[in-house]
Amino acid sequence: METVQFIIANLPLIWQRTVEHVLLVGAAVSIAIATGVFIGILITQSKALADRVLYVAAVIMTIPSIALFGLLIPILSLIGQGIGYLPALIALILYSQLPIIRNTYTAIMNVDPALREAARGMGMTIVQRLWTVELPIALPVIVNGVRNAVVLNIAIAAIATYIGAGGLGTFISRGISQTDVRQLITGALAVSILAILADLALLGLQRRLTSPGLRD
Amino acid sequence: MAASLASAAKLLVVLGVFALGAFLQSRGVLPGILRHWSDVVYLARQHIELVAISGSIAALIGVPLGIVLTRGVVRPYADAITQIVNLGTTIPTLAILALAMSVLGIGSPPAIFGLVVLTLLPIVLNTIAGLRMVPAHLIEAARGMGMTGTQILLTVELPNALFVILAGLRTALAINVGTVPLAFLIGGGGLGELIFTGIDLMEPTMLLAGAIPTAVLAIVIDFLVGQCQFWLIPRGVNPLR
Amino acid sequence: MIRLERVTKIFGTITAVDRVDMDVPTGAVCVLLGPSGCGKTTTMKMINRLIPPTSGKIFIDGRDTAGIDEVTLRRSIGYVIQQIGLFPNKTVEENICTVPDLLGWDRRKSRARAADLLSLVNLDPAIFLKRYPKELSGGQQQRVGVVRALAADPPVLLMDEPFGAIDPINREVIQDEFMKIQAELKKTVVFVSHDIDEAVKMASHIAIFREGRLIQYDTPDTILATPADSFVADFVGGDRTLKRLRLIKVSQAMMKEPPRVVGEDTLETAVARMREHGHGSIVMVGPRGRARGMIRLDEAQDKKGVVSEHVVPLPGVIHVDDDLRNAVSMMFSHGATWLACVDDDGFYTGYVTQRGITQLLGASDRD
Repeated sequence: METVQFIIANLPLIWQRTVEHVLLVGAAVSIAIATGVFIGILITQSKALADRVLYVAAVIMTIPSIALFGLLIPILSLIGQGIGYLPALIALILYSQLPIIRNTYTAIMNVDPALREAARGMGMTIVQRLWTVELPIALPVIVNGVRNAVVLNIAIAAIATYIGAGGLGTFISRGISQTDVRQLITGALAVSILAILADLALLGLQRRLTSPGLRD
Repeated sequence: MAASLASAAKLLVVLGVFALGAFLQSRGVLPGILRHWSDVVYLARQHIELVAISGSIAALIGVPLGIVLTRGVVRPYADAITQIVNLGTTIPTLAILALAMSVLGIGSPPAIFGLVVLTLLPIVLNTIAGLRMVPAHLIEAARGMGMTGTQILLTVELPNALFVILAGLRTALAINVGTVPLAFLIGGGGLGELIFTGIDLMEPTMLLAGAIPTAVLAIVIDFLVGQCQFWLIPRGVNPLR
Repeated sequence: MIRLERVTKIFGTITAVDRVDMDVPTGAVCVLLGPSGCGKTTTMKMINRLIPPTSGKIFIDGRDTAGIDEVTLRRSIGYVIQQIGLFPNKTVEENICTVPDLLGWDRRKSRARAADLLSLVNLDPAIFLKRYPKELSGGQQQRVGVVRALAADPPVLLMDEPFGAIDPINREVIQDEFMKIQAELKKTVVFVSHDIDEAVKMASHIAIFREGRLIQYDTPDTILATPADSFVADFVGGDRTLKRLRLIKVSQAMMKEPPRVVGEDTLETAVARMREHGHGSIVMVGPRGRARGMIRLDEAQDKKGVVSEHVVPLPGVIHVDDDLRNAVSMMFSHGATWLACVDDDGFYTGYVTQRGITQLLGASDRD
């Protein structure tokens, strides 16, 4: 098929765009993990705070991605970064917050209170308890949240091509504007395969990081 | 400590919005946005139509499909099918629209088709999950009382699963509303027109004229569905009440 | 070892613990007992400062615990809870070595100790060290919980209804095991329970709490014999005398050097011996002294012949190390007023009578 020939002929370009895409998502998720897990742990200290933070993150999620880009662009153009990498990065980080914060919070809250009491009674400090008991138990659920965030980000990063962030979405946007089915399918396939692979890879990671004592 | 933090945050948000408003006014942004008002109204109506049509179709297909997948007949294959549906949810939205377009051309049909596919998946998954979560002992009690399969489904399983199913509808609608702007790209109309044109022409006022109503619409629809979830579901099976 | 001085805890308007004074000697097993909400758990948790006292002082080994940093304090006290709380993400070995690792012990030393302690509770280290908590039964988990508390060799052990979550059969077994460990390790144990039978069985001292106040603090036998007020009497139960029987071994109540006959003796000899002691029956023993049967006075006095021709089975036989409650139970089930007491080898060493038991109890009973 023509599409197959197109793909073979353009492998270097596909690779380049894939790398752009992966770097964008990778950077966003890394930052999002740092902020999200931290906030998630922080809000376990207060239910009121937790409710508010989760609500805000949920509201951000309901905003369509392109609308969020649309809102960020004018603001960022003030510092001359309106188009391209930065608004995409910020939007991706914001979208990743809910899955990561919510999963971190829920996972830690779900740790059996008896374990917290046993740890406290034995003389562990809060940090020791988090590090050796609560986080290892919460880890699989947190990684699940990261996984959701990554898949979501890969999808949104495809849309970010419209604000100049590059990536695999470019094939799709060109395919639409040039009515070129080959590019359309190439783009759609590439992004889909990337998403599926990332999902499976992180699922594998999730399993590896689950202590054997916690697996069922 | 948390309470004062919250009020401080609220104050900050209110001040921020005011500052933003004043700033925008001074830059002549607000009048610029209002210039597009008639477009906004027209496109918003299209936008809502797309959401309503694709959402209803997805719900009408998705919930029964989810129910079917939990029935005993299908159970051996249910896990495999659920895996495939799960896989489907990882496919990026733009890719699905692009694929719809490559098959159905441009206009509303591919847009609606793509939207239905996207909205369908979370509904099916949540319907399955909700039905699976109904405590087995309730079903056993019902069978012991002599109810038929259909009666059990209607009077025991669905009412208990309703909360989770509505949660799925809520998520699905959020995805739907979020994807409709992209429908413009394949000729489906909607507020996306203002956003994308605004980006292409580098016209922030047009951009915002599209982006703000889109965001507001998304938040309002989500809020409404959330209220439905709260009020429509009877207290006994509603964790929120 | 542990001394509480006017320890009080007030939550808002509720006085959970009211000026409790208590002294737990080294090596004692002190059970805090009482109905729900009486303050026993709160009191125990103030010892390792999981709950800070509102007022009063707590001394461990002479040192005021208020002056010790809480984390350090808790690492020097073993703590066992009802829900066990084994960390599911760690192996049994890692769980046991939690506090030694926190204290920075040499790993080989702590791992070796973990293996030793597991053997002490009859869990084969080769099998159990590398297992995960979810692979253990409830009873096994609880034992590991106790071992974990003992790993860093703390002088004091606090236990909050530790055996409550286990089924009754396993509970007895674990209680017995615990008592064996305690006999060897001689820790100072404070243990909250709501089960009077458990307390009577395991405690050297019982503290009865009610609505925050310490009502009676004494040895189990004293509390059972002389409850301080009607509340305590009701709490320990209307069958408190029967409960006391559990605490006394048959050997303490039996008459030693009992009269006996052998198979070759004549019935006249038997009758004469019975009359001499004022008994209605006499035990026949074998050549080496094992109890074999008995002769009853009312049947033997009119007959002639040898003992071995007229011997009837014994109504019941009780081991000298068994407790009086079992003895009385056997008496009731056989309709007997006395039982022959034998040792491990079956040698007839004494007899115990209902009247003898009553007198023994009466000596310390005061109603």
